[in-house]
Amino acid sequence: MSYLEYTVKSVPSGPRKILYLNWPLALLLATVASAGFLMLYSVAGGVLSTWAEPQMKRFALGFAAMLAVAMVPIWFWRNMSLLAYLVSLALLVAVALVGVEGKGAQRWIDLGFMRLQPSEMVKITTVMVLAAYYDWLPVSRVSRPVWVLMPVALILTPVAMVLRQPDLGTSILLIVGGGAMMFLAGVHWAYFATVIALGLAAIYAVFASRGTDWQLLENYQFRRIDTFLNPEMDPLGAGYHITQSKIALGSGGWTGRGFMQGTQSRLNFLPEKHTDFIFVTLAEEFGFVGALSLLGLYALILVFSIAMALNNRDRFSALLTLGIAVTFFLFFAVNMAMVTGLMPVVGVPLPLVSYGGSAMLVLMLGFGLVQSAHVHKPR
Amino acid sequence: MRRPTRDTATSQRRITRRGLIVGAAQAAVLGALLFRMRHLQVEQADEFRLLADENRINLQLLAPARGRIFDREGRIIAENVPSYRITVTREQAGDVDEVLARLARLVRLDPGELEKARRELRELRGDTPVTVADRADWEAIARVAVNAPALPGVTPEVGLSRRYPMAEVYAHTIGYVGAVSARDIERLDAPEALLRLPRFQIGKIGLEAQHEELLRGSAGTRRVEVNATGRIMRELDRQEGRPGADIQVTLDNALQSYTHARLAGESGAAVMVDCDSGDIVVCASSPSYDPNLFVRGISSVDYRALLEDPLRPLPNKAVQGIYPPGSTFKMVTALAALDAGLIDFNETVYCPGHKEVSGRRFHCWKRGGHGNVDLHASLRDSCDVYYYELALRAGIERISAMAERLGVGVQFDLPMTSVARGLAPSREWKLANRDQPWVVGDSVNAAIGQGFVLASPLQLAVMTARLATSRSVMPRLIRTIDGVEQPSGHGEPLGLNENHLREIRRAMFAVSNSNRGTAFRSRIAEDRLRLAGKTGTSQVRNISTGERATGVISNQNLPREQRDHALFVSYAPFDAPRYAVAVVVEHGGGGSTVAAPIARDITLQALYGGDPPLEAYPEADRPRIRTQQEDLRRLMARPDQNPSDRA
Repeated sequence: MSYLEYTVKSVPSGPRKILYLNWPLALLLATVASAGFLMLYSVAGGVLSTWAEPQMKRFALGFAAMLAVAMVPIWFWRNMSLLAYLVSLALLVAVALVGVEGKGAQRWIDLGFMRLQPSEMVKITTVMVLAAYYDWLPVSRVSRPVWVLMPVALILTPVAMVLRQPDLGTSILLIVGGGAMMFLAGVHWAYFATVIALGLAAIYAVFASRGTDWQLLENYQFRRIDTFLNPEMDPLGAGYHITQSKIALGSGGWTGRGFMQGTQSRLNFLPEKHTDFIFVTLAEEFGFVGALSLLGLYALILVFSIAMALNNRDRFSALLTLGIAVTFFLFFAVNMAMVTGLMPVVGVPLPLVSYGGSAMLVLMLGFGLVQSAHVHKPR
Repeated sequence: MRRPTRDTATSQRRITRRGLIVGAAQAAVLGALLFRMRHLQVEQADEFRLLADENRINLQLLAPARGRIFDREGRIIAENVPSYRITVTREQAGDVDEVLARLARLVRLDPGELEKARRELRELRGDTPVTVADRADWEAIARVAVNAPALPGVTPEVGLSRRYPMAEVYAHTIGYVGAVSARDIERLDAPEALLRLPRFQIGKIGLEAQHEELLRGSAGTRRVEVNATGRIMRELDRQEGRPGADIQVTLDNALQSYTHARLAGESGAAVMVDCDSGDIVVCASSPSYDPNLFVRGISSVDYRALLEDPLRPLPNKAVQGIYPPGSTFKMVTALAALDAGLIDFNETVYCPGHKEVSGRRFHCWKRGGHGNVDLHASLRDSCDVYYYELALRAGIERISAMAERLGVGVQFDLPMTSVARGLAPSREWKLANRDQPWVVGDSVNAAIGQGFVLASPLQLAVMTARLATSRSVMPRLIRTIDGVEQPSGHGEPLGLNENHLREIRRAMFAVSNSNRGTAFRSRIAEDRLRLAGKTGTSQVRNISTGERATGVISNQNLPREQRDHALFVSYAPFDAPRYAVAVVVEHGGGGSTVAAPIARDITLQALYGGDPPLEAYPEADRPRIRTQQEDLRRLMARPDQNPSDRA
């Protein structure tokens, strides 16, 4: 059912909307974020002001933004989708021109009060534009080649831009997340089978290209792949991150070393301990039990989001909610796979926990859209 | 934008179906993650816990304080003083050249030392700290400590270094320590990890080397937590090592210093043994050197000077030097003959000045001969012919057996380097070592302590102590180890006829106290402290028949290295022996003129516990002794900077 088919009167209005928010989801988000504050406090060696305090402020800002977005009717956001997408593309172009180099990649635009990472924004706006596209497209045409190529172009345009930065993590998130959107929208499975087959061929091609003139990946990306395949090969150089990460994780054991007792992170053996590798600190200090609990919280957020989507008869709302849930899932699944050594280190933060402004803000905005879809669903 | 409801219903069903598929896929991924985490955190937890500890925990060795060495009165001979140094560890420094450049801007680095450090940094294992500045001053250490963040891998360290406050006085007996060399490590089967500490000092020579294990103690360890750059964050626990044992030697600092000063300018040695306990109270070799030079690492110029010095300052002549004992051996020959009943001490032998033995003429030192001599006169006048006769009667086996009974040709187990065995020769020995049969002339030579007989000053002192006490006195150098008294060298009775020994002692008394005795001029005038002794002059060169015909060239007219060695052995007091002394002065000429006064002076110092009153000396000598005492006092006043004996 499209939003025009239910009467606006059945939708709550004014301040009463607050009551219609999915509060358990909001509480879950706050719980996960709090776990993040705790870990940031710990890795700073028991100092609040280093990382935990700025993170709290950002979360408060993000939470307020989520509420604000949730108050705005979902159809407004549907209409804004294409614009938001284009703006984020423009920002990606801008970051390539005036961006600040960070960790070997050009990712930020310094706005003065915060560092804007357009690659984070584009994760949500791509989901939005795809949801809007499939809402607009008659279901009967979904699997026609022309109408399949359109969303592929919508996905690959930002992918091409972030790959230039280069940001492999965001590229993966965009491709897998966008693909999931297309799958959810009902594109024929044969397309996916073909793409996966081609993808495997491409991976082969990438490896075959190594050392030649037409090398498809940066050397550092190749090295990361090597490291992934055999991290013990160079434990002090390329494999250092993952080796130390696994040591920290493993030494946590069942119940961990205790809060603020994680030696690997406190003594700086662990790289990026407050950003991409914060999960490792948690797993070291709270053990398997702690890691399992965080995983459980994430799973609950997914369950709530999927349930909301499936209970929403509005096509745009359902697709958007599922798309954001998939993006969120990809965030933490890639991050965890990365720090546990299942995947190359690609630089994806742990959602809501890793220190960082853009990712936090963008995710909260995303959940704002989810809440808005929930509040304004057809009743 | 209206759409048929059927359409949306189909779409809704499809979204639901596919949403569930995606949800299932997500659940599968979550399951995989869960499984992976369980694998790492539960199944491999112990392994990773170990790796984490290896990461953060560094085991460091704590060098134990080396045991100190004291003299018999508890005065310090070898001590440990704090020394500051700066080390660099390659692994932690990262860019070594950059770090060294920064360090050089802060503290003055010796170019030679820096070059050595660079080489060591290249060659040694990355985790070995390499010393770049030894003996740094406190200010340099402070500067490094303040700038620590800019100097990764640079550690200011406080260590202990050995110091010998008495400098030259104990160089030969106590020896010295030095940095462990690659050769030292190779020599050991299982070198302790401790020895690999930078500039760790071990005993190189003398007591320091012989009792290295005792003095070193055992290493302590501390476990420290380090961060990823290797900086120490905190100490987890510490296990103190056991410091080395303090050793008290039997040497007497005052006497040893006095002897050292008294021997100044001579090449020789003096040993004094306590007759009751066997304690080596004095063990001096002259000239000496400053052992502190070796602790620091002696320069090649200094070392060459020591090596090339004609007076040979490096060997310990007191225990390592072996000399023909000359006439000091005559007591041995006499006792051997007496013990075998081959001569009675009243029996006289006629001395015409020489004796023919198997076609060869053996001369007495007195050309005209001594006439009829009995045992007493033979020792007092040191008649050689009398002993030629005894040699023919007793034979070399009896003489050598007696020598060994009295300590000559016996290797004493003493913690000094190269304690010599000397030689009490035998027929078998000559056949084995010289490939020649023993001839009777060899026995004749041996009877007067010439030929093959060799003894160290220590052995001569022990021999004298045994003659004086009738006990088999054993020399000992270590009095206590960590306060535990070591077995005394009092000794069992020798089992010799006491009448024979008494006769020998009476004769030795006459040597020093009869106005006909060879050492009469070096007597002790104080009645209750009378000295009994025996002079010896051991020939260094062969005297040709031609020279003997024209008159033997006197020592003063010979080049130094051809002059005779002067020897003297003695004990005192005669009635109740307390100290036995042996003095050897290389190329000193006659024993009576050079060696005897030294022995007498040391003995008097020991008996009086300091400078004796002039009344203890013969009246004629007193003015000379007075100035000598003053000179020596001046010499000993600055034991740390005593240039006269330096090489």
